[in-house]
Amino acid sequence: MWSRLLPLSLFVLLGILLAVGLKLSDTKSNIPSPLIGKPVPDFELPMLFQPDTELTQKDLQGQPYLANFWASWCVTCVVEHPILTELAEMNRLKIVGFNFRDEPADAMRWLETHGNPYDLHLTDHDGRTSINFGVYAAPESFLVNPEGEVVYKQIGALTSEVIENDILPMVAAMEGTR
Amino acid sequence: MKPTVMAVLLVLFSAPGVAQLQTDQEPLVFSSAAEEQRFNQLTEELRCLVCQNQNLADSDAPLAHDLRHEIHDMMQAGQSNEEIKQFLMQRYGDFVLYRPPVQGNTLILWFAPAALLLIGAATVYFSVTRRKRLLAGQEPGDGD
Repeated sequence: MWSRLLPLSLFVLLGILLAVGLKLSDTKSNIPSPLIGKPVPDFELPMLFQPDTELTQKDLQGQPYLANFWASWCVTCVVEHPILTELAEMNRLKIVGFNFRDEPADAMRWLETHGNPYDLHLTDHDGRTSINFGVYAAPESFLVNPEGEVVYKQIGALTSEVIENDILPMVAAMEGTR
Repeated sequence: MKPTVMAVLLVLFSAPGVAQLQTDQEPLVFSSAAEEQRFNQLTEELRCLVCQNQNLADSDAPLAHDLRHEIHDMMQAGQSNEEIKQFLMQRYGDFVLYRPPVQGNTLILWFAPAALLLIGAATVYFSVTRRKRLLAGQEPGDGD
């Protein structure tokens, strides 16, 4: 009896393994960020609209903000744009644009055509800061708490669900603990 | 007439070559062959985060290009392979390594093949000895 059931149970086990693998493959491309729970990487970047002024991570500390890495060459950023605009209209947290691997002129033109939901805009021309943040896709967003620590990372475009279910509750929690 | 046609053809067919060259404007310069070999070995062990089934050495993605430069600069600054891997792991996590470290969540990955081989060997051993025993038990009966 036992030897008859063995092949069947092995087959069921294999089926479960494949099902789990298939489920995981959806999220496989989303590499968990080792940055979560850690302070934001150091940076010193010029502002897009005032290139003579440079800001560091310390200048942004004191309130929660969303660091959004985008570029004018990024197709998904256009998809994300209305969602970001919605978030900006809620006025719950600052949105800081990190325009990376891009030309400032192209970035400004992009913002002119699509509208500018960002409270603040920095230029990461050579992409060095994006490497320090571990950015490998565009767009990517990091939620930073008032203490300057990364609490959440979204790879790819933000969605209304992510904002409703993840970002806004986290911002509310930050405000609650202050 | 013919030289003009030739010229047009040349321009047309050389265009892709030019475009290829522009992606790698500054070729990496190494001070020695040993250093170059070390660089090649290291970038083959590291994953390109954009096209995740390629390593940094092979990938043509802009990020891979930048990371190769970063690794090159770090090597020039005298940093060890371990320090360079740490730099990348702090930013991109263990996933950047093609050879993951042996730790709690990678035990199955590292030891499952050996365990499966052992199970297979044990199964073969036991079925063979059982068969032998059965055959040995039969022989005296056959002789009678």
